[in-house]
Amino acid sequence: MPASSPNKSIVTSVRIGCGAGYAGDRWEPALECVERGAIDYLVYETLAERTIALGQLEKLRDPARGYNPMLEARLRLVLKPAMARGVRIVSNMGAANPLAAGEAVLRVARELGMGSLTVAVVLGDDVTELVRGINVLLMEDGEPLDTIKPMMVSANAYLGADAVAAGLASGANVVITGRVADPSLFVGCMLDGLQWRDDDYTKLGQATVAGHLMECAGQITGGYFADPGYKDVAGLARLGFPICEMRSDGAAFITKPEGSGGAVTLATCKEQLLYEVHDPSRYVTPDCVADFTAVKFSQSESEAACDVVFKGGQAAPRTGTYKVSVGYRAGYVGEGHMAYAGPGALDRAKLAGDIVRERLALRKISLEELRVDLIGHSSLHAEASHNDAAEPYEVRLRVSGRSQNKSDAAAVGEEVQTLYTNGPYGGASDFMQVKEVIGVRSILLDRSEVKTEVRVLSL
Amino acid sequence: MKLREIAHCRAGDKGNTLNVSVIAYDERDFRLLQDQVTIERVRGAYGNRVKGKIERYELPNIGALNFVLHDALAGGVTTSLSSDPHGKSFSAIMVNIDLPEPEVAYGRKTGHKNNE
Repeated sequence: MPASSPNKSIVTSVRIGCGAGYAGDRWEPALECVERGAIDYLVYETLAERTIALGQLEKLRDPARGYNPMLEARLRLVLKPAMARGVRIVSNMGAANPLAAGEAVLRVARELGMGSLTVAVVLGDDVTELVRGINVLLMEDGEPLDTIKPMMVSANAYLGADAVAAGLASGANVVITGRVADPSLFVGCMLDGLQWRDDDYTKLGQATVAGHLMECAGQITGGYFADPGYKDVAGLARLGFPICEMRSDGAAFITKPEGSGGAVTLATCKEQLLYEVHDPSRYVTPDCVADFTAVKFSQSESEAACDVVFKGGQAAPRTGTYKVSVGYRAGYVGEGHMAYAGPGALDRAKLAGDIVRERLALRKISLEELRVDLIGHSSLHAEASHNDAAEPYEVRLRVSGRSQNKSDAAAVGEEVQTLYTNGPYGGASDFMQVKEVIGVRSILLDRSEVKTEVRVLSL
Repeated sequence: MKLREIAHCRAGDKGNTLNVSVIAYDERDFRLLQDQVTIERVRGAYGNRVKGKIERYELPNIGALNFVLHDALAGGVTTSLSSDPHGKSFSAIMVNIDLPEPEVAYGRKTGHKNNE
């Protein structure tokens, strides 16, 4: 029974599709979920650790921006078919500017000639001003927050499922948020559709497992998984995004649109269950402290062979704090590449790296850290990785350095480029860039300090 | 025998901490993973790429271990100079771990002769 049923008390299950697992994710799998997934909710999760800080910088330049730049394009694709089927959309694409994102949704609806649409904007995650006035210790290294405060650009609390459910309770077609914990976007839909209480920890445990399995989209349907000959996955170019069906009694399974590529298997589900997890008996979200140690997966007995049933998600009560991620300006990173091929390629790339090191020292370039990588040889796994490997035919030198000073960071790429005429023979395919770095650190904030609010916008 | 023959792995990041799961293809191999994929063996494989402590969690419910490797991402995802700041490629170090040849292993390659 869909959530749009006129009598909510008889809703016995909801189906939630995932439309994106990160900001740049593929577009069309969301449409596939809407058209062929029989879903009630479509959730786009698009916020990485530092995305909001980057959005905040954009908002400073243009007060109308700061939300996900792909929001309009994603919604142009799905808004009409979603509304035609009664599918409600939930997304954290609001990033640093949820209100502007809400207005953007209405603009898209107008463009599409839609007669009516309501958008609920969830506010309250932005605690930048509040955090400016306090000093606590950073979770990562125990240093005082004051050490990064002069460079701080944003501070956002990870809101929970209750905030998402409050947005949905307004009856809006689309709910736009800023920072919300990834699983909570999905848990919020379950609270809304199944009318679960946000302190029913038996339900929240299972709901959080569902949200965690869903939050990275294709990572549970065969993406980030394939290893030819060991773990083969068919149809990755047409990878279907996951759909979770949750029943009011907590029975649940993961599937994907019929005819899509990829596969939902016991192995993909187990990998995703532990993705980005530390202690599996204490997975802390704003909603609960979930425990994954009794979760069991099984192949569904229903008709679709790809379905995986999961049960056993448990939870203890939520903590008294919200995690807050603090974005700050962390200087600049400069980078340069030069590639070498053929006999002695490795030795020439090593020589080139030594030359760049010496040049940067001669010029007294001020760098906090300098890194020399040999791509094709030792860039990903460093020294221990190549002991038993044959010498590569091609090697790409990559030099990167971080500085508080933009021109010093830029010197890294410049010194790599001058290798063309000043370094070993045969240097090719150069590349250079310099980028501002936004660092992210975390603090905890008492829940009572954070006030959430829902604003409803209509056509 | 490589770990790859009986288990699959996925890497995930949080700040400067990496986690790598080790999941038996066949849950009957969980005991073997428990006995053989020790913290010492994992530390040997990762070498000085992991600067901090290594923790191991056991999940018999899904036949898996979860390793948490602290101070393993070159200072943290957001400010790292690494071309792989998230450590996405680090699960490949885990599957490459050498294990003593077991008497019985049910996993992927050896399973066909042991399953029945």
